[in-house]
Order: sequence, then structure tokens, then C-alpha cells
Amino acid sequence: MMEHISAERTSLKIRLIKRLREDPSAQGIALISPTMIYLGIFMLIPLLLVVVLSLMTRGPYGNVVYRLNLANYLRLVDMLYLRILGYSLRTAAITTVACIFIGYPLAYYIARIPAKQRSLLLFLILIPFWTNFIIRIYAWIMILRTEGILNGILLNLGVIKLPLDILYTPLAVQIGMIYEFLPFMVLPLYTSLEKIEMAQLEAAADLGAPPGRAFWRITLPLSVPGMVAGSILVFIPAMGMFVVPDLMGGAKTILVGNLIRNQFLTARDWPFGSAASMLLLILTLLVTLVYTRKAGFGEELLI
Amino acid sequence: MEIDLNYAIQLKDVVKKFPNPAGGEVTAVNHVTLDIHHGEFFSLLGPSGCGKTTTLRMIAGFEWPTSGEVYIKGQPMGRTPPYQRPVNTVFQNYALFQHMTVYQNVAFGLEMEHVPGEDIKRRVGEALEMVQLGAMGPRKPKQLSGGQQQRIALARALVKRPAVLLLDEPLGALDLKLRKEMQLELKALQMQVGITFIYVTHDQEEALTMSDRIAVINKGSALQIGTPVEIYERPNCRFVADFIGESNFLHGVVEDIEKENVIVHLTDVNEKIVGTTQEKLVIGKKVIVSIRPEKVRLANQPPLQQNCFECKVVNTAYIGSDTRVIVELGSGQRISVWEQNKISTLDPNAYYARGQSIWVVMFPENTLVLAEDE
Repeated sequence: MMEHISAERTSLKIRLIKRLREDPSAQGIALISPTMIYLGIFMLIPLLLVVVLSLMTRGPYGNVVYRLNLANYLRLVDMLYLRILGYSLRTAAITTVACIFIGYPLAYYIARIPAKQRSLLLFLILIPFWTNFIIRIYAWIMILRTEGILNGILLNLGVIKLPLDILYTPLAVQIGMIYEFLPFMVLPLYTSLEKIEMAQLEAAADLGAPPGRAFWRITLPLSVPGMVAGSILVFIPAMGMFVVPDLMGGAKTILVGNLIRNQFLTARDWPFGSAASMLLLILTLLVTLVYTRKAGFGEELLI
Repeated sequence: MEIDLNYAIQLKDVVKKFPNPAGGEVTAVNHVTLDIHHGEFFSLLGPSGCGKTTTLRMIAGFEWPTSGEVYIKGQPMGRTPPYQRPVNTVFQNYALFQHMTVYQNVAFGLEMEHVPGEDIKRRVGEALEMVQLGAMGPRKPKQLSGGQQQRIALARALVKRPAVLLLDEPLGALDLKLRKEMQLELKALQMQVGITFIYVTHDQEEALTMSDRIAVINKGSALQIGTPVEIYERPNCRFVADFIGESNFLHGVVEDIEKENVIVHLTDVNEKIVGTTQEKLVIGKKVIVSIRPEKVRLANQPPLQQNCFECKVVNTAYIGSDTRVIVELGSGQRISVWEQNKISTLDPNAYYARGQSIWVVMFPENTLVLAEDE
């Protein structure tokens, strides 16, 4: 009996190996399966949990009552929440645009200097990632607060008479978010700018284009893939950001990320938090979809 | 040198030095002076790294001379940027704008000149017709073959009606057959539009086929400037004789001079040979005797009093049109001889055999005496 099972196992093993050797699609599945399993366990299942939870009800003690209903979603259709959502969209959009405007000249500069200095500058851009995010935000607090470094310098220079109130305002949140996401814009932009051949710009000059027009007609269009990829990398996490508004916005600025965080940790209303998460997810997907329909995914960067 | 409006391009004593990454400077172009006539097909021919592309880039305006001056239609160019020069370039790898259609690529240069929309449409259409790609307007460059991309690059430059068209190894990326076709087509096109072409190439056959005149460049210097016939038949130095076609070289010392005829004592062979020269030589000067393989004759009996040497066949190669024979003189010096197969025969006795004794004949008018390179 035991022998029979082991013989059957061996033949199964042999058949499997044979299949893997000969069938390219089996090889593909085998190669991708670790990733699929990982994504399945750590993304798909939690996501399904959120979907299910969003359809449940909060119990009196913050527990989850398993009764299917759409009440959580209906609750979201409220000016208060819609305003938070709109405000989050606006903040993420401003962050993305500001990252393009600040990141573009920086990426352009890095892509144009000699290769040796390039790696140093790229390294400098990545250095902040070595430090804890919270610590870096506290550094910004030190700079922006009323008795902070920025006000100190401006007062000493006589630019202002009274200290500026920047910290704990929407502006501070915006500054913090732009700071946080800038590298995610610079790196893909750099990649696309660096790939533009000098010959393309020489051809433009040769055909009569002064540097300004060559930039608009050649450099800018050819760097669109990097801009799209950077925008996706900035916009999506910016939509869910809650640490920066917490620490730098005081209690005044609340984004959809804070709303969700509060539902789970403070209000202990997991179902409503899940519904808000779903709304955020759908909204982000929609915006990204519309955007990439127009501009592509930046897939040219991969070639 | 006179600055003259009759020339399309003049280079006056142009030098270009680049900083060397390892320190110091590298001279890419070394005191080059050229006069290129209107409507001329002029080639810059030389091995890679000889400075021919740098010379072209200085005419286009991508580089500025360290010293000397480039004149376009008599105007000194100084540091005029490329977009203000009346020349256009066909780049080595075409440098087509990948994000634009073929039509947009060709229209680009006209848009930069603010040509009215209707004229742009007409001229782009004409330019595409000229390169026989009238239907390709809406395509992207990547959807075209190498030869087609090459034509688009040509149309994009010619649509601007430049005074001079600069071509930087434009056929280098094409396969041999297509390259030969394009050579003839380019030449025909040049005669049709009547624009001055300056053509950079390392391919001597290409230069000979297409050019009105050729400048042979090595190590930044223009060694010889002349028509294809002049360059091939009367090379002025060993490099030119060696780079264009093939040649046999024998070292010697001038023994006597009589007008164009020079008697040279061949040092390695220890024989006398009579040759012609265009250079001012003096008795006792070290020289190189150069003779092309197709101009050497083989004979069973010496037909002349001089310039005939007994030798042995060491190798033969039948290549169809020619039989290539390598003979060895008594001194061990080898000479390559190309015999045209003018008679169709299967008789093995009609061809030379290895080990056969024979006479090699170098007629004085085919035997060029060159000053030894410094």
C-alpha cells in the first residue's frame, strides 16, 4: 500500500517535471507563482476582507456585527465626507503638479551633467530614504514652527517683522507632502530625460529650432512617459497620506487618509472605515485610469 | 586664401582640440583648409577617429573651431549656432523624432522657419515624393525599414532647401546591397537638386563612386584633396595609396632624377627601378615606390630592359573576374599581382601555378615614387 502511494507520487513528480520542461506556459505559471501567492495572501485577501467589512455594521462596543447592508456607503454621501474627499483630491493633485515643477528642472539638470557627478546627485536624492520618515517630518516642524529656523532667518534678515504662522496650516501639509514625494517624481523623470539622445536635440537645432523651441517640441514630449510614471507614483500614495496632516497640519487639516485611520483606531468603526477605504480606492483608480488613458502608463520607460 | 562667394564652404586653417579626460588636449582636426564649390559632391574620407566627423560638425555648428574659420557662402560662421546656419545634416543614425509622424518630422524644419501652413503641406508632400515615400506621412519612424528611415532623414533635411547638405556616414547602418542602391540614388538626387553635398565616409569605394572630389583625412590632417581619379592614380603619400585601394610598397633611395622619371635603388631588393613622381625629390632621399596590384604585369620573358624582376609564384587565388597572384622576389620581398581573366578557359595551363618561375614587370608610368612619410 505504502509502496503504491510512493510509486504514484514518483510518477506524478516525473509528469510534473516533464510538463515543466516542455510546456512554456507551465514554465510561465511556475515562475510567476511565488509572486502570485504573495500578492494573493498579502493583498487580495486583505482587500476582500475590506470589501466584506464595508458591508457590515458597527456593534455598540466597536465590534463588527455581521449583517449585510449598504448603510456605510450611504453615510459617506454626506457633505462633510465629500468635502474631505475633494480636499484630499486637491491636495494630492497640487502635490503632483508641484513635484513636476520642482522635480523637472532637477531631473533635467542631473540628466545633463557628466555621468560621474550624476551618480552622486542621484545618491543625494535617495539619502532621505535612509532616515525614518517621522524624523524627517519632525525636521520640517523644526524649520517651519513659529520660533523655527525659517522664521529665525527671515526675522534676522529683516524680511518680515512678525514670525510667519506656517506650521499647522494646510500650507505646511502641502510642503511636507511635496517634500515626501519629490524623489518619486525625480527618479522616473530622470530616467526618461537621460534616455533622450543628444542627436535628437542636435537634429532639432540643425533644422532651425533654438534651444527653447527644441525643449517644447522634443525634450518635453519625450519626457512625458517619465512624467506620467512619476505622477502615478506621487498621486496614489498622496491620496492616502495621513502622517503628514497629523503631524504638520495640527487638527485643522484632515484628509481622507486621516478619516480612515480615525475610523479604525479612534472611532473603532471598522465597517465605516472600510467603506471609506473602498471609496478612496475606487476614486484613485478612476483618476489614474482617466489619466493613463490620455497619457499611457509610462511603459516606454521600461523599454 | 581668398574669401570668395563662389565657394559654398571654405575651411581656413581650422583646428579643433578637445580636452583629454586623462589631461592635456587631443587635436581632432589639425590645420585643415578646404574650398568646396557650389553644387559639388565632396567627400571627407578617412578611417574612424580621423577627424572627418568633427570637421563636418564644425560646418554644421555643433562644434566651434579652436582656431581658424569656417565660411559658408563667404560668410564667416564664428560661433553662429546650428539653427542659424544655412546648412542641414543627415545624421549617422538618422536622429528622426520618434514621437512624431514622418510628416511631422519633415514639416518640423519648415515650422521653425514659420513657413505658411499651405506651403508646408505642399513642400513636405514634394519632399516625400522625391524620396518615393509619399504614402508614409502618417506612419511613425519606428514602423519603417532602415532604408526608408534613411530617406526620411534625407527628405527632412532637403525640404529646407539648404545651401549645403551635410551627410555623416548616412549609409553606414544599411546592408551592402541597399547601400549600393542608395549610393546611386543619392548621387542622382544630388544632381537633380543641385545642392552641395559634403559626405563623410570611411568607405573608399563609396567615396570613389559618388564624389566629384575627395579629401583624404588621417589624424586630423587633410592629406590629399582631388578627384577620385587623381586620388587613386596619383596618391601623394603612402597613407593615401594604402587607404584608397591596395598597393605594393617597396623602400628605396633616389639614385638619379630626369624630369618626371626617377631611378630608385630598392634597398630590400637590391635592384634599380624607374618610376614617376610629382614630388620634388633629391638624390639620396629615402622614398617609397608604390604600384597597384592590377598594374603589375606577369611575363614569361622580360619585355623591357628595366623594371623586370625574376620571381616565383607563392600563392594564387582565383576570384572569378581576377586571379590574385602573390610572387616573391629573390630577396624575399612579396608583390601582389591582380591578373584579369580576360579569356574564358578551363585549361589549367592558362593560370599561374604555385612554385612557377616568372618575371614581374612594373612599367615606369605605373610605378609611383613617393617621399617617405616623416
